[in-house]
Amino acid sequence: MTDSFAPRDWSSHPRYIEPIYRSTPLRGPTKPLIPIRQSLSELTGPVYGQDCLGPLDADLTRNGMKSAEPLGERIIVTGRILDEDSRGIANTLVEVWQANSSGRYIHVVDQHPAPLDPNFFGGGRCVTDAHGRYRFMTIKPGAYPWGNHPNAWRPQHIHFSLFGPSFVTRLVTQMYFPGDPLFALDPIYQSAPAAARERMVAKFSIDVTEPDFALGYVFDIVLRGHNATRMGH
Amino acid sequence: MAKLQQTPSQTVGPYFAYGLLPQQYNYGDGLLKEIASGQVAGADVPGNRIRIEGQVFDGAGKVITDAMIEIWQADHLGRYAHPRDPRGSNANFKGFGRFGTGTEADNKFVFDTIKPGVVEPGAAPHINVILLMRGMLLHTFTRIYFADETEANAKDTILAQVPAERRDTLIATRTDTASGMVYRFDIHMQGPRETVFFDV
Ligand SMILES: [Fe+3]
Repeated sequence: MTDSFAPRDWSSHPRYIEPIYRSTPLRGPTKPLIPIRQSLSELTGPVYGQDCLGPLDADLTRNGMKSAEPLGERIIVTGRILDEDSRGIANTLVEVWQANSSGRYIHVVDQHPAPLDPNFFGGGRCVTDAHGRYRFMTIKPGAYPWGNHPNAWRPQHIHFSLFGPSFVTRLVTQMYFPGDPLFALDPIYQSAPAAARERMVAKFSIDVTEPDFALGYVFDIVLRGHNATRMGH
Repeated sequence: MAKLQQTPSQTVGPYFAYGLLPQQYNYGDGLLKEIASGQVAGADVPGNRIRIEGQVFDGAGKVITDAMIEIWQADHLGRYAHPRDPRGSNANFKGFGRFGTGTEADNKFVFDTIKPGVVEPGAAPHINVILLMRGMLLHTFTRIYFADETEANAKDTILAQVPAERRDTLIATRTDTASGMVYRFDIHMQGPRETVFFDV
């Protein structure tokens, strides 16, 4: 079987050089990408399963807890990792990282004068089930300022890193929360083509919400699928 | 049934270290164990030990201090640790490495691994690379080839698709040091030596 993965859909992704995001003009490649066929090097990719997980990796409200519950609004983030043909991608690693409820990352480079939370780390991961479903328990991250332009603020977001079934299905993206007033002003959110932006926004779900405990959000992620034409035999 | 559409890529941002490389950057005292690092091949993996190191430069020639490099490679016999490789593979060798440019002197990336074998006829030994960084909204794909594989490189069908004058941006140069073989692979995002990136 020689079937290959569908190409990156360039109408869904940002461009490398996007002047409104000021770090891109010196960092994005300027020469056209060189198209190559998918060999075994691209059709394979790293496989990480349950055995790489610690018991609290998917619960960010617990994994960094020292003495008390972390501060902020407890949320559940769940959804499916799918291919373009709506097939769930089973057993694939999902890595996340985020700011705390005050909009502060534990990263040393983040000097935003909002408080760190001694009970919140902000990193986690899980592996999808047989239907491609994942689930995290966490705290709603705060918005935070950054230096792109005067009075620039990032909308509340969670960073997601995914592998999918091959080297070429890799995706790093960000999940946003519905109705954020900062969308219109955020160069990173705006870098995605207009028609594709709302795919990065989670939906509130009363069904996922747990009574007296945590609000629920659903965020499905679509990775590159298979090519429609399968060649060979 | 209507096709679903791909979720857009977004930048990895400047703060990926504690989520993706907590041990390399020394975050969290081991509460999250990183899945991969610059140590790609343990002592029990057969093959020729090599080190791959380099720097990533922006369009002004400045070294980039918040990039992350991921490598994916075959074992010494050219087999991938993936069910799609029909030859099976060395169970001790995952073949995946990850390293951020924020911890080493001169913001180098460093991988200690083995030299990959030949994956398929007509292919030269190579390592597949994904590059992510703040300031890049979607990752790039490139490949590392080896300067001491002149003959195999000349026959490689993918290198052949690269304009001849840009091919050497994909070829790591070799130095033999007291502690072993070191291949140097610098990545230039822009400029006259802009690294070849693939659409794959
Ligand atoms: Fe962020």
